[in-house]
Amino acid sequence: MNVDETDLPGLGRRKDFMAASGRRIGVVEYREGQIELIVSTWDDPDTCEASIPLSADEAATLCNLLGGQHLAMQLSEAHREVPGIVTRQFSIGADSPFDNQPMGKACIRTRSGVSIVAIMREGEVLPSPGPDVLLHVGDLLVAVGTQEGLDSAASILRNG
Amino acid sequence: MDPLALTLIDLGAVVFCLGLLARLAGRIGMSPIPLYLVGGLFFGAGSLVKLEGMHEFAHLSSEIGVILLLLMLGLEYTAKELVTGLRQSWQAGVLDLVLNFLPGAGLALLLGWGLIGAMVLGGVTYISSSGIAAKVITDLGRIGNRETPVILSILVFEDLAMAVYLPVLTATLAGVSFVVGLQTVGISLAVVTVVLVVALRHGHRVSQAVHSENSEVFLLNLLGAALLVAGLASAMQISAAVGAFMLGIAISGATAHSATQILEPLRDLFAAIFFVVFGLNTDPASIPPVLAWALLLAVLTAATKMATGFWAAKRAGIGLPGRFRTGATLIARGEFSIVIAGLAVASGVVPQELAALATAYVLIMAIAGPLAARFVEPLVSMLRRPSKQQAVGTIRGA
Repeated sequence: MNVDETDLPGLGRRKDFMAASGRRIGVVEYREGQIELIVSTWDDPDTCEASIPLSADEAATLCNLLGGQHLAMQLSEAHREVPGIVTRQFSIGADSPFDNQPMGKACIRTRSGVSIVAIMREGEVLPSPGPDVLLHVGDLLVAVGTQEGLDSAASILRNG
Repeated sequence: MDPLALTLIDLGAVVFCLGLLARLAGRIGMSPIPLYLVGGLFFGAGSLVKLEGMHEFAHLSSEIGVILLLLMLGLEYTAKELVTGLRQSWQAGVLDLVLNFLPGAGLALLLGWGLIGAMVLGGVTYISSSGIAAKVITDLGRIGNRETPVILSILVFEDLAMAVYLPVLTATLAGVSFVVGLQTVGISLAVVTVVLVVALRHGHRVSQAVHSENSEVFLLNLLGAALLVAGLASAMQISAAVGAFMLGIAISGATAHSATQILEPLRDLFAAIFFVVFGLNTDPASIPPVLAWALLLAVLTAATKMATGFWAAKRAGIGLPGRFRTGATLIARGEFSIVIAGLAVASGVVPQELAALATAYVLIMAIAGPLAARFVEPLVSMLRRPSKQQAVGTIRGA
């Protein structure tokens, strides 16, 4: 994907790319460090439909959502030949009993047969996390397993 | 009454009125500059405020206002941005200079104000208001637009052009001979080059010299350095404003950013006094006779800025609506046109009518510019829609 980087003298930098839908999507990074998500209008790619200021947390969350989806899509692609295997994402909610707990404590593999293949956190990917990795609110867990296994993993993560 | 008390009351009343005007400007979403000018004209006309007791103070304050305006203009762009901007957009910059300097210069010649008058009025019509343009771009949410870098790079070029123009203007106004004038131009070009090189290579050292974690120390360092450099530049006949501008360019990075924040309130105060004093010194009765000329000049130079922006945006591969937006955003003239006119009036070698014309012209452009930038878009899409519907109709028909 070709990302255009353009200097905005006195303001900062704009980084964007043209999506297949004909819209330009990107970010404006200000010199002061703020970041803005920009999306162009459909009929004039030069102008912006929306410029949304994002805090660091919001940017990281958006990054998780998009990145998790991307990883899940790739995994589903890889597992397509294996019937019955599905990829799903779980987020650690604010009320999850496993906030700040090592992942091993949930015993997900033992109890549901599901494997957690990656954790998305603040835009970073932790591949093949071990049982000692601490879970945090906002983490996105990418899990692979059977439909039933994933259902019970979801319930474990939610209710303990 | 005690003269000091009277002066304080006068000054307080003026500053308080400026506050009201700035609030009004904010409420209706326009630049406060035209309101300050009108305020100045009004105070002068009604002889409400004679500024007698504080004549010295008002004069010095407005000088400091100019220095701060230019210092912050220099702080706005880093040396790297200036050099890259010059390299990438000099064609558009030169077109901008030619198209927008000539109408002002031509009118001055037509009105018989001589070459000096032509040089002043050309400068007044040439320089867009980077302050108003930046505010328009931010307010209308156009920072992410693709034409925005085109607009900014033209403003950057104008910035650099000012660094050469102002010393030349100062020398011309001082009435120096051609040879001395050439020397001044030579010196200022050399100074501009040296400052850019120093800023590129050793900008952090200049920044370190004035920087301090303590905001009080920082403010005093910064202001002291600015006034010192401005005074020295003035002694070298380069123009105080350019000295401050150069210092602004040499200060870079994080220091420049915090300098902007720390100086902003001071700039707002002193620049407001500068605009009012300029308005005060203009006789309101001298405006109606030149109003028609000001309107003509406004229409003409709105068209030339539009053409400049249109051409520059087209070259950058921007679509039709974006080209109109580029041109319209550049239309606003403001603070720097008044700075130029102010320098000329202070020297006393240009006729009073020039100040009146410049005031009327900036009043029109500072109000019309943001309006044009706002309404050019719906206008263009209205013009475009019929053709689009036609196109759809043909496809359906086929």
